[in-house]
Amino acid sequence: MSQADLVMEAHAAGLTTGIPPFSVPAKKMAIWLFIIADAATFAACLLAYGFLRNGSANWPRPFHNITNVALMTFILLTSSLTMLLGVRAANAGDKPGAFRWTMITAVLGVVFALLHIREWLALIGEGMTLFHNPWGTGLFGASFFSITGLHLLHVTAGVVALLAVGIRYKGGRYHADDLEVAGLYWHFVDLVWMFVVPFVYLLNLSH
Amino acid sequence: MVDAPDVQRHEPAARYMDSLGKYIVIYLCILILAALQFVIAYSHVDTTAMFARMLFIALAEAGLALMFFMHLWGEKRGFFLFVVIFTGFVLLAMQYGWTDSYRMELGAPYSQPRTGVVQQ
Repeated sequence: MSQADLVMEAHAAGLTTGIPPFSVPAKKMAIWLFIIADAATFAACLLAYGFLRNGSANWPRPFHNITNVALMTFILLTSSLTMLLGVRAANAGDKPGAFRWTMITAVLGVVFALLHIREWLALIGEGMTLFHNPWGTGLFGASFFSITGLHLLHVTAGVVALLAVGIRYKGGRYHADDLEVAGLYWHFVDLVWMFVVPFVYLLNLSH
Repeated sequence: MVDAPDVQRHEPAARYMDSLGKYIVIYLCILILAALQFVIAYSHVDTTAMFARMLFIALAEAGLALMFFMHLWGEKRGFFLFVVIFTGFVLLAMQYGWTDSYRMELGAPYSQPRTGVVQQ
């Protein structure tokens, strides 16, 4: 079979028309596939956490005050709204507005990360390490730092991505679609936090 | 000779321009649901009931975020089904591990005679 025949067959099968799967642009499809894979990663971590919590007799409940977690949740949820406003402004052609909202989102992400680190330092100050804590099984520290650390890593990566995409969007190298892709990632980070807070923090509240 | 499929027949990628009011309503709904989780955390119910309530609320929050913040609801039907069915299957398949977790806590099912049960 000649090269020309192969090309004709591919045309007949719709393989060389440049139509992406589901008519979704390639970048958006890529971030959705990443989100699906990452959702499985976080789900596996939370499942392992639940497995250990269920199987351990002396699971600690170290959280007395949830003000910090409540504030972190509020900030992250608000950052999702500001990201939406940024993408909306970009789609409307409002470049300065889109850049401003994206930078506000990044700043909120930084504030969230700083509050998260403060939370960690407070727990470390009370004697909690990866494999030891004064309240119960040492598995708690490992699972707590793993899950919240993975989330914090995602937030940090998200802030870097928002800064990079936002600056390049302002400079004209990136477009509204790129901002939307970054926004999808940011909303996913927010979505994961909706599960981390109740299972890792609120179910371990000391009454 | 077979003609190539017409690219123009396919719709362009969706571009979202939802109203600001809609975004704020969804944001407030998610905030209220999150606040509800904090209220439940201080209620006097057992851990299993608390877990079930929190999971239900977290799923509602995630659903709102997925559908309206991430615009999955506005995507093409095929893509929507692909994401929901594929992700749902993977996440549900993971729950297989729970049986072993309960074995760790309670022992293998029927491994020990229960009190008051006459063995024949």
